[in-house]
Amino acid sequence: MKVQETGIVVSQKKLADGIYSLWVKTEQIAKEAKAGQFVSLYCKDAQRLLPRPISICEINREEGTMRFVYRVAGKGTEEFSGYRTGDAITLLGPLGNGFEKREKSGMLIAGGIGIPPMLQLAKELKETGAEVTAVVGYRDSHTFLADELKKVAKVYIATEDGSVGSRGNVMNAIADHSLSAEVIYACGPKLMLRAIKEFGEKEGVETQISLEEKMACGIGACLACVCKTVEIDDHSQVHNARICKDGPVFEAGKVDLS
Amino acid sequence: MSELNTTVNLAGVELKNPVMEASGTFGSGMEYQEFVDLNKLGAVVTKGVANVPWPGNPTPRIAEVYGGMLNAIGLQNPGIDVFCKRDLPFLQQFDTKVVVNVCGRTTEDYVEVVERLADQPVDLLEINISCPNVKEGGIAFGQDPKAVEAITAAVKKHAKQPIIMKLSPNVTDITEMARAAEAGGADILSLINTITGMKIDIERQTFAIANKTGGMSGPAVKPVAVRMVYQVANAVKIPIIGMGGIRNGEDAMEFILAGATAVSVGTANFFNPRATLECIQGIEDYMRRHQVKDVKELIGIVK
Ligand SMILES: Cc1cc2nc3c(=O)[nH]c(=O)nc-3n(C[C@H](O)[C@H](O)[C@H](O)COP(=O)(O)OP(=O)(O)OC[C@H]3O[C@@H](n4cnc5c(N)ncnc54)[C@H](O)[C@@H]3O)c2cc1C
Ligand SMILES: Cc1cc2nc3c(=O)[nH]c(=O)nc-3n(C[C@H](O)[C@H](O)[C@H](O)COP(=O)(O)O)c2cc1C
Ligand code: FES
Repeated sequence: MKVQETGIVVSQKKLADGIYSLWVKTEQIAKEAKAGQFVSLYCKDAQRLLPRPISICEINREEGTMRFVYRVAGKGTEEFSGYRTGDAITLLGPLGNGFEKREKSGMLIAGGIGIPPMLQLAKELKETGAEVTAVVGYRDSHTFLADELKKVAKVYIATEDGSVGSRGNVMNAIADHSLSAEVIYACGPKLMLRAIKEFGEKEGVETQISLEEKMACGIGACLACVCKTVEIDDHSQVHNARICKDGPVFEAGKVDLS
Repeated sequence: MSELNTTVNLAGVELKNPVMEASGTFGSGMEYQEFVDLNKLGAVVTKGVANVPWPGNPTPRIAEVYGGMLNAIGLQNPGIDVFCKRDLPFLQQFDTKVVVNVCGRTTEDYVEVVERLADQPVDLLEINISCPNVKEGGIAFGQDPKAVEAITAAVKKHAKQPIIMKLSPNVTDITEMARAAEAGGADILSLINTITGMKIDIERQTFAIANKTGGMSGPAVKPVAVRMVYQVANAVKIPIIGMGGIRNGEDAMEFILAGATAVSVGTANFFNPRATLECIQGIEDYMRRHQVKDVKELIGIVK
């Protein structure tokens, strides 16, 4: 069940320049959420009325808390970065479908602010006994979440400036280490996802990718957040699927990233 | 105080209360069921539906603006066939009135949809001649009084249910369009649709939405909408459904006092999925506070 509720900020921590980690206590959302889903966060400033969709980075179901790791990208996320322990925050969730976890060796590929959802996924996959590899790309040596990922996955890093790991992007790291797996789970910028989709096709490997688009309702009613699909989508009857409801995770072969 | 009477009458169709949601913000109600008991609403208004599926516009389709938003969805819809098979049976389960919003590129398109709906479980038809986000049809019918009257008359001729003509605020004098729709045989008017706007992304140095322009909605448009409802209420005899920026009962009351018989809640659903229910509650609270037993006594009393 999706709900809108008021969460309470448990902690807020700066991880790197402009990157924050926010733990929030919720009544319901944390208990029901799973890896790859997201939550709509609302601003207190009423001039900003649309929700900010943020992926679930970690869930502590026993304590009813969940973690968001986000980049300050504009006024809304800037407002969130000022929240302190005890502050209230309005949330709607859990939203979207999440990743389909397979009990097979998995390669998690993510770049930049696509990395947060991979932490919860890596934890859940590890619990199934699957072998988990994570390939993560950053701009520079501020490799947020990499140490935490290392506790649950074998981690390969790429940085654009070459300061840590492979120079370049995640595809360079995959090539440098000749990595492969039975399932790929990916999240990041569209260009990166396009390369990963191609890689998955070449390797003949199931590839799940998480997409992003501007959202208004976040629950599938307004048709703001569509992506192009290869086949006619059953709900829309056209070549469009709703990222907030039918995604954000899609089988790579089903979406048209051109 | 004894029981409140919140019922209102729209061209012979009795609504249990004056609150519905605005077309395009609520799908066909399926997605909002988790938050709203649809039985509580005066009516459910569907997303615009055309004779065939429409793909809509490229993304980004929306942008946030100060106190509101721009949208250029482009009337994406699954077409009337799937709509009749899937959405209408879903809506039939609820004790509420069903309003189907109709869009088209040509007069024939509108007429085809209206004819297909003739024997369907639909209470009212809302004819969208005011969508600013499609190149053909939509607003092209809504900005010239002769065209408004002609399309109204053409649809009315084929419609089995009472018709609501949905008016555009993107005109110099909305009362002209309202009178033209009334002359064409409209049973009800609804207003306002969105106000054409634009947002520039100054960092990327391009338009914030792919369609360049989009329709503005949300709390920031409310004063414009209230003014237009007031003007139209004083220009025609048929009932009005008022909308534009309504978030709660107080907002809804402004529209009712200005002359609206019923109200729609659109953009507010996006930040408060229960906004419709809060409007109903707020109207009832207002009636108690002002010791009014029948909401109809409040319609248009501010002159
Ligand atoms: C499913 C999903 C998961 C996401 N997960 C994360 C995450 O874990 N961490 C993170 O840092 N970011 C994430 N994002 C991106 C995040 O939603 C935006 O960075 C954020 O909304 C920006 O808000 P703002 O007010 O700071 O920026 P502004 O530019 O001021 O926002 C203006 C409007 O545009 C929307 N918007 C701006 N950028 C984006 C974007 N990239 N995607 C969708 N809407 C946008 C905002 O929601 C708001 O409505 C995710 C996006 C989606 C769709
Ligand atoms: C995302 C979105 C989609 C819309 N789609 C339609 C539509 O299909 N048909 C229509 O007549 N109006 C449509 N509208 C206009 C609304 O029904 C309403 O007239 C307008 O948004 C003003 O009300 P509000 O400020 O409460 O949102 C849409 C509005 C939004 C925000
Ligand atoms: S944001 Fe409304 S359909 Fe996805």
